[in-house]
Amino acid sequence: MRYSALKIIKEGLTGNKGWTPAWREPEPRSQYDVVIVGGGGHGLATAYYLAKVHGVTNVAVLEKGWLGSGNIGRNTTIIRSNYMLPGNQPFYELSLKLWEGLEQDFNYNAMISQRGILNLCHSDPQRDAYARRGNAMLMSGADAVLLDADGVRKLCPEMDFDNARFPIKGGLWQKRGGTVRHDAVAWGYARGADERGVDIIQNCEVTGMQINNGVCTGVETSRGRINAKKVAVCVAGSSGRVMSLAGMRLPIESHVLQAFVSEGLKPTIPGVVTFGAGHFYISQSDKGGLVFGGDIDGYNTYAQRGNLPTVEDVCEGGMALMPNIGRARLLRSWGGVMDMSMDGSPFIDKTDTKGLYFNGGWCYGGFKATPASGWCYAHLLATDTPHETATQMRLDRFQNGRMIDEKGMGAQPNLH
Amino acid sequence: MIINHPLLGPRDAAEFVYLGDASLINRPDGLTADASGDFYEYLYLRDNPAGLHKELWYHEQGDRSWLVVTRNTLTHEITEVELARDVAKAQGRDK
Repeated sequence: MRYSALKIIKEGLTGNKGWTPAWREPEPRSQYDVVIVGGGGHGLATAYYLAKVHGVTNVAVLEKGWLGSGNIGRNTTIIRSNYMLPGNQPFYELSLKLWEGLEQDFNYNAMISQRGILNLCHSDPQRDAYARRGNAMLMSGADAVLLDADGVRKLCPEMDFDNARFPIKGGLWQKRGGTVRHDAVAWGYARGADERGVDIIQNCEVTGMQINNGVCTGVETSRGRINAKKVAVCVAGSSGRVMSLAGMRLPIESHVLQAFVSEGLKPTIPGVVTFGAGHFYISQSDKGGLVFGGDIDGYNTYAQRGNLPTVEDVCEGGMALMPNIGRARLLRSWGGVMDMSMDGSPFIDKTDTKGLYFNGGWCYGGFKATPASGWCYAHLLATDTPHETATQMRLDRFQNGRMIDEKGMGAQPNLH
Repeated sequence: MIINHPLLGPRDAAEFVYLGDASLINRPDGLTADASGDFYEYLYLRDNPAGLHKELWYHEQGDRSWLVVTRNTLTHEITEVELARDVAKAQGRDK
């Protein structure tokens, strides 16, 4: 069924009786060409592009819970491509371009809103660093504007510009950045993949990998054994757990990132704003709630909740930047578990086991990468060669010294 | 989280800095033939278990001791806290 404004009007006038489920609920078959482990944003995007771009439709997506129950529904919905290193920036720019055409492409309203992202700077060296980053972005075909304090004031007048310790000196503005309705991304990709013949199997947990003589031939699941020519793991947050089934240790630690939503307010934040002197970022949802977050808690965890010291730290960052939000009441907070890799950058790669592929290590930047991650992973699965924008996102990069360390922090996952 | 410091009693985890898996105590020998492989595993690869995890915490805002904390990564429950020095000595190291 194709969704359109006309369809909504027609259904509205006829009692909304013509809508059908957006995807089927098939029983798992015993054999597929590709089994994707993980029905989150990246897994569903991979299935969608495998079917649409590469014509590979004998595909199953296995999801332990329900669709979108993981990090695709637990993030702060920001999209941007303001990276700097050659191993990252073209990939994230591809992602942003895919976001821009996504709703027409999969015929689903994902509420993509390009209201811009503003990274604030508070010192001269920081402005120099942003000028360098902005130039790197322009060279990859992205957009970037370096603003002075007056330019920032025009965009977002209600901040503490003349703060004695962290005055706002300007910012790096990417106009094409913005926010997306995250659940709709999972639903849109799921619907598009299902339409093309992909089996989306919920409540199906992978409990083992079938590996014989270095070849992966399928998975054991809570709903029986499923054979596959290729097994594509795509479970960021739980990568350590799932890949240990294949006997692999990863350059990844699992950490929790908390996020927060305030009560609904009148429009006050123009797009996404990030504090340059602490770790704090904020946007305003279409309902008016302030959506914000900051640092990860900083210790290994698989629990989808954090602790109070980090809550305090995030709120202090917010108060230092925009004291006017201090009277807004917090409605809710939550935590999501993420793969923190050793250099802060992700992996889309084959493994040493033939037929076993790995996508993970997204740190807290996985949401914006969803379309390109699916695009590049599908390319790798269909052609067995990495996509041109993901050639450096390899599992062996620490062994041969080709890290993509955007922040320059070294092998310390909780600092990325 | 409260960490039961073996010398100082219960302390808020916010006083500590987290380093990572306690296997980082066992720095490999840099003079062996496969030292580069050993260091790759030591520096970059992690077990990252869901469940009991032995990990290094540094009491930066306290007595500056390194602790080995056994904590459940599914529940955040801390079941054992030792001085890292004692753990290293028990493994046969001289300090």
